Amino acid sequence: MSALEPTAMGQGLQSCEGCGLLSRPAPGAHEGRCPRCDEKLEFRKPASLERTLAYLIAAAVCYIPANVLPVMKTITSGGSESDTIMQGVVLLWSPTGWPLSLIVLFASIMIPSAKIVALLYLVITVKRGSIQNNTQRVRLYRMVEIVGRWSMVDVFVDTFTVSLIQLQPLMSVEPGPGLLFFAAVVVLTMLAVESFDPRLIWDSADAKEIKSEVQHA
Amino acid sequence: MPDNEKFSNVPEAKAVPKKRTRLSLVWVIPIVAAVAGVWIAVTRILEKGPEITITFSTGDGLEANKTKIIYDGLTIGTLTSIKLAPDHKHVIAVAQMTPKTKDFLVKDLELWVVKPRISGLNVTGLGTLISGYYIGVQLGQSKDSERNFTALESPPVGGDVPGRFFQLHTTELGSLGEGTPIYFRQIQAGQVVSYELDKAGKKLDVKIFLQSPYDQFVTPDTRFWQASGVDLSLTAAGLHVQTESVMSILAGGIAFETPVTDSPLPPAEANTAFTLFNDRTAAFRPPPRDPHNFLLVFKQSVRGLTVGAPVEIGGIQIGEVTDIQAQFDAKTSEFSVPVIVSVDPARYGVKFLNLPKGDEQPGDGHQRIMDIMVARGLRAELKTGSLISGSLFVAIKFYPDDPPATLDWSQNPVQLPTKSGQLEGVEDSVAALLKNLDQTITNLDMTVTGARGTLTNVDKLMTSTDKLMGNANNLIAPDSALNAELNNVLLQGGDAARALRVLADYLERHPEALIRGKTGDAKP
Repeated sequence: MSALEPTAMGQGLQSCEGCGLLSRPAPGAHEGRCPRCDEKLEFRKPASLERTLAYLIAAAVCYIPANVLPVMKTITSGGSESDTIMQGVVLLWSPTGWPLSLIVLFASIMIPSAKIVALLYLVITVKRGSIQNNTQRVRLYRMVEIVGRWSMVDVFVDTFTVSLIQLQPLMSVEPGPGLLFFAAVVVLTMLAVESFDPRLIWDSADAKEIKSEVQHA
Repeated sequence: MPDNEKFSNVPEAKAVPKKRTRLSLVWVIPIVAAVAGVWIAVTRILEKGPEITITFSTGDGLEANKTKIIYDGLTIGTLTSIKLAPDHKHVIAVAQMTPKTKDFLVKDLELWVVKPRISGLNVTGLGTLISGYYIGVQLGQSKDSERNFTALESPPVGGDVPGRFFQLHTTELGSLGEGTPIYFRQIQAGQVVSYELDKAGKKLDVKIFLQSPYDQFVTPDTRFWQASGVDLSLTAAGLHVQTESVMSILAGGIAFETPVTDSPLPPAEANTAFTLFNDRTAAFRPPPRDPHNFLLVFKQSVRGLTVGAPVEIGGIQIGEVTDIQAQFDAKTSEFSVPVIVSVDPARYGVKFLNLPKGDEQPGDGHQRIMDIMVARGLRAELKTGSLISGSLFVAIKFYPDDPPATLDWSQNPVQLPTKSGQLEGVEDSVAALLKNLDQTITNLDMTVTGARGTLTNVDKLMTSTDKLMGNANNLIAPDSALNAELNNVLLQGGDAARALRVLADYLERHPEALIRGKTGDAKP
């Protein structure tokens, strides 16, 4: 990133996030709206890092009960049995069921935690104004964005199971308190991804560039 | 913004008054999440009941986080971990109880593993085949709190059910087992709790539980007997079948009954020990009152005589055979069978009439009575009780004509004179009969042999006769010499006869010729 690339913000313009239209900022201290699609206009997402961090902390807090509390309660004629996500993984682990077990392990345990860690890393690097591995960081962000929603699979499977397996009095399945927390983790990480503005990665790089140019001059 | 004029054709953003925000509202979310998390954690911790440890003899069927502790169908705890005890002989499980179970956890709380148990026809815990084993609980009465328990091997009997425990002594267990039902007038009144061999290994102590109100019918005089199986007896009145219930036939059981007496005894104390009889008859046999042992020495076969065979006088039982031995006298080279009998007429309801003063109590004057009876010819003999089975019994009979005998009271037991009974007589006669028969047969054989010789002679005779006849035939054949001779003889005879007739005629006409002789002219 040797050459200083022209950015909308660099030119004092705002680009609409909804339709991509460039516009001059609203005069004075007024809030800007896109003249074409009425989208709220900002140079950068307001308080992006702060909000992302808040969502991340909330997600991390919810992550603990999501994994400690049972997500599913199976009631058979013999008694009831509560399983956490990890117990489900262990339960599914068998010579034939191991792929399923892996899917649950990835989608429900590794991806949410990886998302939290990845976003936290992005927030910290941006905050510190790092200019290292910009491209990798953006790739990481995109991956987090794409893969994140799949964590919801577990929630859906659970709700489907609960609604389908109601063979009273032989067997029935009830959702556990962990499921709510797990859903909260998924939603909160998605919100965190949403509130993070990847353009900030480049902003710090640009700022550094300007700084070094000034020093050279 | 130096290049702002360049984009003069770019529309300008609308101006909206800016909202003032001090701290981003977004921080409410992590706070809410944290509060929710803490709240869940706190309630979880508060919900946790006390933890207890239970020692099991085996961990069979127990699973951590699955095996439940259930009281009256409600889960009051779950096993959270199962470990081997340091001595490697037990299993120690930690159980997490539900809240508000503190009151249950007292010293005499009983825990046991509920699993399918089949004792006889008593099947329990079948549901655990599907649900897995669980731990049953019986609440205690104690007030002392306790956290460490040892599980019972089997469910406690009785417990909340009112009733009492009793002991039974028996030499053989039969088909008894834990849970074997106990019947009172064919109603199940209780069950066997446990049994164990006594220290000497000679008998079994069976602990039984009788629930209320049946335990009230147990008095010190109550008789217990094994009600397993069917008691069949064939009497003159016909076939008699005695049994408790179909279930007891299959699975065994114990029955008890209290003899009806004029003055009923008070109910027995708990844990009173009783004897367990083998059958009802044995249970109701009157207790010995005045038993006396006697020795009977038989020189005949005692095949068919068994221990317990009756001793009868006039067809009434007065005692039983208690021992049968065998002995050989080297001096006389004689083999004999000493039989010991226990005679107790009072036990079998024999009444004593006209007893002399001072002899009212059984046993008094016993020796005198016996001496008198033996002097009158009392003898013991073996008799056949059943022709089909060949079983024998000891009959006491009087033979006044027999040579007198006396009793030697210095011996113990006293030897009673015996007599080769009817049985031996029969045997002897049969033997004699057989002997005679044998001789007869031998004679018959000899006769037959003689007859065979006679027949041979007859045969020879016949042959000779045949020859004789042939010879005779030859003699009288028409062309035989004899015949010709005979013809000549006959012709000459005719001639002689004719001459005789001439002579007779001549003599008729001339009788004087006898004296004078024949004259010349007198020629015929």
